[in-house]
Amino acid sequence: MPYLPNDQLRPEPSIDDAPFWEGCRARELRVQCCADCGRHRHPPTPRCPYCQSANLRWEAVRGPARLYTWTEVHHAAHPAVRGRGPYVVAVVEYPEMGGVRVISNLVDAAAPKIGAELALFWDDVGDGMWLPRYRGAGG
Amino acid sequence: MGRFSGEGPRSACIVGIGETRYAKWGGMADRSEFSLACDAILAAAADAGVDPQDIDGFASFSDDRNEPSILQTALGTRVLRFASMVWGGGGGGSCGALAHACAAVESGLARCVVVFRGLCQGQQFRFGQFHPWTPHGALLAPFGLFSPPQMAALAAQRYRHLYGTTPEQFGRVALACRANAQRNPNAVMRGRPMTMDDYLASRTIASPLKLLDCCLESDGACALIVTTRERARDLAQRPVAVLASQGCEQHWGTGIIGAHAMPDEIYATGNGRTMAAELFARAGLSPADVDVAQLYDAFTITVMLALEDYGFCGRGEAGAFMDAGHGDWPNGKLPLNTSGGNLSEAYVHGLNLVVEGVRQMRGTSHSQVPDAEVCFASGAAGVTPTSAAILARM
Repeated sequence: MPYLPNDQLRPEPSIDDAPFWEGCRARELRVQCCADCGRHRHPPTPRCPYCQSANLRWEAVRGPARLYTWTEVHHAAHPAVRGRGPYVVAVVEYPEMGGVRVISNLVDAAAPKIGAELALFWDDVGDGMWLPRYRGAGG
Repeated sequence: MGRFSGEGPRSACIVGIGETRYAKWGGMADRSEFSLACDAILAAAADAGVDPQDIDGFASFSDDRNEPSILQTALGTRVLRFASMVWGGGGGGSCGALAHACAAVESGLARCVVVFRGLCQGQQFRFGQFHPWTPHGALLAPFGLFSPPQMAALAAQRYRHLYGTTPEQFGRVALACRANAQRNPNAVMRGRPMTMDDYLASRTIASPLKLLDCCLESDGACALIVTTRERARDLAQRPVAVLASQGCEQHWGTGIIGAHAMPDEIYATGNGRTMAAELFARAGLSPADVDVAQLYDAFTITVMLALEDYGFCGRGEAGAFMDAGHGDWPNGKLPLNTSGGNLSEAYVHGLNLVVEGVRQMRGTSHSQVPDAEVCFASGAAGVTPTSAAILARM
């Protein structure tokens, strides 16, 4: 069972973010990296925010993942999560990649702690698609 | 002699305000959103003493559905000279639309511009629910991040982590707005006072935000008429001087109501710091000159961020500012949201906050700040572009 219900919440890739979702299918979390200045960015954008270059590559994330901020959602704002009960949305930061952040979920923390190290895992949402989600790392 | 540096006869001013009755979403089932928008514009024209057919410009924000193509027909517009829409989510563009109107009359593009917002969440959709065109929504929805309260909660959580702000300090914002709404006959929450216990006991929407941290969802419309000082001389009201701006920090992106990829140094701010400094410099005023403020209150956190961005207190100090009663009417040094705001008057995307600012400068608010001469108003903090305005008694 994936962390959140699957039926109405499927990724809908666009031209700009399709490589991100292709990475998810391959169970590799990828973000854009400027091929000229080397800085990382996410969400995807066709130009580098720092040097405006159009040359880019997709790189797998590396180094520790840390909890930047989070919320425990109680009020269902979408029919798909009605009755699901509280779930945690997390903003996760990769300090070794210039602090690039992704939006995801933290599935196991009773008391999430900002700055805590997290472990990425891949959640099977069917049809060959996997979503990057996180658990507390160690202890 | 005006309050702002560089004022002249062609400087913009607000000469009319109009509002419909405000209701909880779904409360306007018998009237269309378009009908309400017309009512608010005609009320503002009547207040100003302007023939509605002489309104030659329309300015709005957040994809208001009442486009000039239909408005100019209903209102009998003689010559349409100006039509503008501020991009950007939520109420970030409220004072931005006002800035467009000011620029239009000051440049001579138009002579008499109406800034308006008509919003029937009962007839259209509720902003508190997911809708798929949220910027970067495809990267958020699969993870259950759907709605503005959830997104603002992420900012509020880190803000609390950085500064140790207490739930009661957030509550002071909600209580101040609710108390002011008790004196406002058009406030949706009039007759429903709130205590700190009520606030603390309200259910969690998305931690740390509770139900009573969140604005109302409303049906209603409001409007302001903008023209030049020289044209205002022939009109019915004493004009109110206005300077308005839009702004955004570098790399802010979709910000709080989006992907949360803002630079770490400014993450727990409202995206208005550079704009605020420039706006006060244009006016030749400082935050200490402001007597009353109408700060966009989608959530209590957006008021806290605005207090800091616009220099009414330092970073991380908004909680202590509210604890000290500085935001309370009538004795605080900066009474906030004196009509009740989005939290307790109505959610007309914050343009109702600007209307209340005009009342304060006219001396006609139901929670009048004695001798108020300068009012600060803001659009939603955290979105791109955000916006703000300084109003002054003339």
